[in-house]
Amino acid sequence: MMLTVLNQIPVPKDIPLPMPLPEWLLVIILVFSFLLHILFINIMIGGGVLTFWYELKGKKNKDYDNLAREIAATITVNKSLAVVLGVAPLLSINVLYTLYFYSSNALTGNIWISIVPWVAVSFLLFYLHKYSWDRLADNKPVHLGILGIAVFSFLLIPFIFLTNINLMLFPERWGEIQGFFDALTLPNVFPRYFHFITASMAVTGLFLAFWFGRKGFKTKGKFESLSKNEIKKQMLNLALVATGLQFIFGPLLFLTLPAKGITWGLFWVILAGATLAGIVLYQLWKMINAQSNIPGKRFYLVLGLFTFLVAFMGTGRHMYRESALSTHKKMMAERTAAHWDAVRQAHENLLLPQVESEAGSYTPGQNIFQTNCVICHAPATRLIGPSMAEAVPVYENNADALKQWIKEPGRKRMDYPPMAGFPHFTEKQLTDVANYVLQTEWN
Amino acid sequence: MDFPLFHLDFMGNRMLVAVIAILHVLINHALAVGFAPLVTLLEFRGYLKSKTKPEEGKVWDETARKLMFFAFVITTTVGALTGVGIWFAASLANPASLGSLIRVFYFAWFTEWIVFVLEVIFIMVYFLTWKKSNESPKNKRRHILFGVWLSIFSWLTMAIIVGILGFMMDPGSWVEKNSLVTGFLNPLYLPQLVFRTPVAMMMAGTVALMFVAYVMKKQNQWKTGILKYISFWILLWMPVAASGAFLYYWHIPRAMIGNLPVALGTQQFQDWYGSLITVMIVVIAIGFTVGILGTFSPRRLPKHLLIIPVIASFLFLGTFERIREFIRKPYVIGNYMYANGILVEEYPLYKETGLLPHTPYASMSTITESNKLAAGEAVFTLACTRCHTTHGISSVVRKFERMYGTENPLNEEAMKVYMQNMHNVRHYMPPFPGNDTELNALAAYLAEQQKRPKTLEGPQIKGVDVKEIKY
Ligand code: HEC
Ligand code: HEC
Repeated sequence: MMLTVLNQIPVPKDIPLPMPLPEWLLVIILVFSFLLHILFINIMIGGGVLTFWYELKGKKNKDYDNLAREIAATITVNKSLAVVLGVAPLLSINVLYTLYFYSSNALTGNIWISIVPWVAVSFLLFYLHKYSWDRLADNKPVHLGILGIAVFSFLLIPFIFLTNINLMLFPERWGEIQGFFDALTLPNVFPRYFHFITASMAVTGLFLAFWFGRKGFKTKGKFESLSKNEIKKQMLNLALVATGLQFIFGPLLFLTLPAKGITWGLFWVILAGATLAGIVLYQLWKMINAQSNIPGKRFYLVLGLFTFLVAFMGTGRHMYRESALSTHKKMMAERTAAHWDAVRQAHENLLLPQVESEAGSYTPGQNIFQTNCVICHAPATRLIGPSMAEAVPVYENNADALKQWIKEPGRKRMDYPPMAGFPHFTEKQLTDVANYVLQTEWN
Repeated sequence: MDFPLFHLDFMGNRMLVAVIAILHVLINHALAVGFAPLVTLLEFRGYLKSKTKPEEGKVWDETARKLMFFAFVITTTVGALTGVGIWFAASLANPASLGSLIRVFYFAWFTEWIVFVLEVIFIMVYFLTWKKSNESPKNKRRHILFGVWLSIFSWLTMAIIVGILGFMMDPGSWVEKNSLVTGFLNPLYLPQLVFRTPVAMMMAGTVALMFVAYVMKKQNQWKTGILKYISFWILLWMPVAASGAFLYYWHIPRAMIGNLPVALGTQQFQDWYGSLITVMIVVIAIGFTVGILGTFSPRRLPKHLLIIPVIASFLFLGTFERIREFIRKPYVIGNYMYANGILVEEYPLYKETGLLPHTPYASMSTITESNKLAAGEAVFTLACTRCHTTHGISSVVRKFERMYGTENPLNEEAMKVYMQNMHNVRHYMPPFPGNDTELNALAAYLAEQQKRPKTLEGPQIKGVDVKEIKY
């Protein structure tokens, strides 16, 4: 039973170069820079969704249109930071999980690479939307349509990343996957997705509560009836509801995780995270009811708790990855070691005296001819060049002319391509090959 | 060998990488490295003018802002994404090589990343605070200072990446010294930088010139002044670009001696090298013409022909970019890894035992009569698909047909002999990595492909075969 399962696991060999840094340091860089990256991704996606929502509401109430506009302005910055901050975790995951990451990239390749044009176009649409706000003020369906396509793209693109990151954890499934959509239907992708999108909304709610709550933000002149408190409340409500929903999506994600990577350590880390989420929920609730200042004491408390919560989840994510891959990593290391022993052996075999091998009996001239000329010249048939039987008689008793030709061929047969010369041959090589050509019977 | 090998059977993987990379380099040079100083300068001029002629100063400022808007939109979308896209595409086209390069260049790329983050922050600050900066002269001065910082960081990003590229291109030094410094000591590094910097400035000038010609209204009385100034910018950089180009041109063959041991490689290089001088003269002539015309008689600049200098300056850079092809092939990492992703050191083993027993991604390890064609396909995938397709761009079948003609079906024996020795006469190709039976299978597969063409789908469509390997 065990064997049949093992049979399907591809065990490639690792890249035989040392890591640029100790592994634990790379892991810290990866987890930290990834969380930073995903923070901006979260508020970029959440911001997009909210812009759409408020602009839609704005058709009835101008205030919401203005609010949407304020949110849209934050996307410009957040999306640029999201992209540029993605490079560090990309680098780190490339180094730490080269074999896994690239394999899953290749298996979903065409959709994976479509991220590049797709995100670029979505970003362009966001600009178009932002900078055509006044011009399309009377044509809201078009304006909303532009945004709609961009937001919809933002909601779909995470699937590509999640599918890839998920697929890379399961080398035993690689043999069954035929393209992106197969990989998309692996058990864990959709729970991951909902977990991620809900997290985006929670983070966005917190961020915008701060953004619109801060002192520097003036509502005067921007809104007719919408108050700062009202905006804050709506954003906090969003954070509250989204965090609450995680108590559905979180367990769903945990339960659908394939068992192979689940450990008690992971369980405790996730549980700690979930406990923090409970406290965050309670504090958010109090904040809304007490109409606390933002930023203020309680807000910072929530922010601190949230940071720890995210750190726990990020660590859990990494622990699962590590334990899911640990057996495979060990197999890979063993195979790599065995492979390099075999390579060394092959090098030693090369040094053994050649027994009766064909190449061993070649004269130097024949050797040169075999490696340089047979590609284009056969004894009696035409290849790229004329047959030797046809070519050689011209040079009977005239080795020097032949050497000259080999070195710098001229042009004779117009129905043939030109022959490339061998100006780098030494005098000895030229003599050897010329003598060989002239002394051989070619028919 | 160790990765499922993504494959595009029409376009070819290399084309995919090339398209993304070229787009990125063009945007980076023209709209980031060149635009930042040009726009800052225009803004500064506007600031100076506004002291005596506020109205004219305002027009200059607004034009500079519009130019920056254009650069901002393009660089933060297509520019940024193609930058990341190079990684994505390279990891698909040659995973083994990118995986190795990242291990060696982690620090270089990390440094590059930090500079890049700063560049993005500066470009956002610079563009998004533009309107606010017009509120007071003090704000304006600070804003212009941001422009200067943006210019510096854009240039730094380029300077670092050129170093990394130089290092990657320099065969030999990598294996022996294995230190990053050698990249910056590469004999081509300084000439390249001296060449790229003014060319980026010139490209920015040509783009800006066209942009202003179209965007500003004819009736605007300050338009000619601005056109004149940008033309003058081009004119100023032209001699530098020309000398940079000649310096680079002069250095290339000297730095490459030893890298082109085989006659044909040299011949191809010579062809390219010969055409380079023509391109250089034409582009420089166009540059000077536009620069002089625009400086002395901006009104006569033919609006609709201004696309010509843009294309010319882009071509200029593009022609030089080709040099990498000549230096790197057949290696992706000089003397260490061939372009097929196989290490030089592993060749003796594969020659002895064949490739197939060593890859988990082929269903067979030994070749029999019945699996010969399937094995041939697997060998083709491992040995040739990083550079060739079956029937698309750089089609291997057509390459053989071009050599042997199409009157007779492709001769398996002849192809075998060719493939055994191709690295000797076709310097850009690595030696065939497998053993004799695999060569047979490959030749049979190629002959079959000519008779009954069949698209070779990559694993992104048909998945991969997986087998257990004993070790
Ligand atoms: C790339 C293919 C190619 C290679 C490799 C090649 N040749 Fe040729 N050779 C040709 C072609 C094509 C011609 C016919 C050229 C013509 O007549 O214009 C030719 C012609 C010749 C001739 C006839 C010259 C004459 O005066 O009629 C000789 C002899 C010859 N080759 C010898 C060699 C030798 C020896 C080598 C190896 C050192 C070699 N060739 C390698 C393609 C090649
Ligand atoms: C490093 C990339 C690379 C690899 C790997 C590679 N080739 Fe090539 N090959 C090239 C290039 C580049 C050319 C020249 C293309 C051109 O003529 O425009 C070429 C040309 C050819 C030609 C035509 C040569 C001629 O004389 O005109 C044949 C035939 C060929 N390749 C077959 C193969 C086969 C078979 C394999 C696999 C065993 C292979 N190549 C692997 C890069 C590669």
